[in-house]
Amino acid sequence: MDHFPTNWGRPRNDAFDAYGTYPIAQHPRNAVDVFADGVQRTQQPIVTGTSVLAIKYKDGIMMAADNLASYGSLARFKDVQRLHPVGDYTVIGAGGDMSDFQYIQQMLEELVTEEFASQDGHTLGPVEIHEYMSHVMYARRSKINPLWNSLVIGGFKNGKSFLSYVDLLGTTYTASTIATGYGSMIAQPLLRKAVEGNETTLTEEEALKIIESSMRVLFYRDARSINKFQVATITEKGATISESRHLETSWSFAEGIRGYGSQTQ
Amino acid sequence: MFRNTYDSDNTVFSPQGRLHQVEYALEAVKQGSAAVGLRSKTHSILLALKRSTGELASYQQKMFRIDDHVGIAIAGLTSDARVLSNFMRQHAMSSRMLFNRPVPVNRLVSAIADKAQVNTQEYGRRPYGVGFLVIGQDQTGPHLYEFSPSGNSYEYFAMSIGARSQSAKTYLEKHYKSFADCTLEELIKHGLHALRETLQQDKELTINNTSIGIVGPSSAHEEAVPPAGPFRILEGEKIQVFLDSMVPKDAPAPTTTAGDEDVQMAE
Repeated sequence: MDHFPTNWGRPRNDAFDAYGTYPIAQHPRNAVDVFADGVQRTQQPIVTGTSVLAIKYKDGIMMAADNLASYGSLARFKDVQRLHPVGDYTVIGAGGDMSDFQYIQQMLEELVTEEFASQDGHTLGPVEIHEYMSHVMYARRSKINPLWNSLVIGGFKNGKSFLSYVDLLGTTYTASTIATGYGSMIAQPLLRKAVEGNETTLTEEEALKIIESSMRVLFYRDARSINKFQVATITEKGATISESRHLETSWSFAEGIRGYGSQTQ
Repeated sequence: MFRNTYDSDNTVFSPQGRLHQVEYALEAVKQGSAAVGLRSKTHSILLALKRSTGELASYQQKMFRIDDHVGIAIAGLTSDARVLSNFMRQHAMSSRMLFNRPVPVNRLVSAIADKAQVNTQEYGRRPYGVGFLVIGQDQTGPHLYEFSPSGNSYEYFAMSIGARSQSAKTYLEKHYKSFADCTLEELIKHGLHALRETLQQDKELTINNTSIGIVGPSSAHEEAVPPAGPFRILEGEKIQVFLDSMVPKDAPAPTTTAGDEDVQMAE
């Protein structure tokens, strides 16, 4: 019970002093932020990454994202890694605002460091990271200051693979195939056709083939993509993120296309 | 009137290097009725002796559920225990909400130990007057911890706290090596035998004055326990079957318990 009438009706801090036992009467004032008028929230992403693809296969999770960070329609940064390992069991991939993603990376690094520092044999797996990120993303959108990303969280721990999605609205789901952004329209149907029902039988080679062909389609169709991407696998053996790899593409078909651009006939 | 001049607040050491207020708090734990905890490879259990103020009064609650996977038995000031158990429940809930993970038991115990330690160091505060036995299970299996108002917490194979708990400790020290492979029924029997040691001459364990707390898979005598084996408290009629399993105290010495014939000793 809080015995100080000036505190009544104000939020208390349960984590610090649930019973108001601290001997000195505290009078929390409603915070007045003199800079409130100058504060701006993210209203649009600036430097953006495009799709992230991920599928379940026999040994765990395979995930892919290209190395491009666009500035509007300008292909501004071509060496950005959009797949990030979190602890020993999880990889998080991001589309959307890259500065917000860097913030998320730092935040998760802190979280994992704190967990490691307790040295008690307990570790955060993909399920815990997913739950945490879903709360962070929803809390930020509720402050009307979202982290402008769609995140794919994939992992493998204690013999179980886990694949999920969280976005700037706090929307979450889990599925055996996930694609964000442009990929959710172009690649998701391809992934579903190839993967659904085969999650327990697909080999790593087959999974890689599915991912590569989907990335190729995305490169052909998505004007914010490049043909340079990385693939992450998370299995019993842990998480590995590949070096950047290039796709062979062929544009000879383009001559035959009619109906777009400046052809005369 | 005063025991000495160095016990009026908790921030001053005595010339012998002791904090008398903290030691008085540890005495408060010894005033409370006894609680016993034991651990096997599969289970952790608590047994506690409830007191009542008289024939007409009910018995004071000794065990509290913190979360599905954690429970505590207390000895000392019940009101302090309620503050700390409230804190533990919030901690456990926050772990479930934030990470979808039952809080690791060691972190829960460390959290209240840290809280208690602050009260042994800051001016204007007093130590908590209550000790806990905490049982729980997590990714690393079943656990038993002792928490005390000095801000210490330790993990144990078996432990007892409260009034006359030394007698129970003596029993546990004699038998603890066999606990790891005990069934739940055997473990409870050991626990009851240990708890019985703390009784006064003319008292005995009854279904009214005994509480049993369990974490781990169901016993043959329980009904409708979920497969995860969440923390549950057995009281009243349900514990009659366990009380009946005890070996009468005045029985001949060799009839201890099944499975530990190698540790029989002359009483």
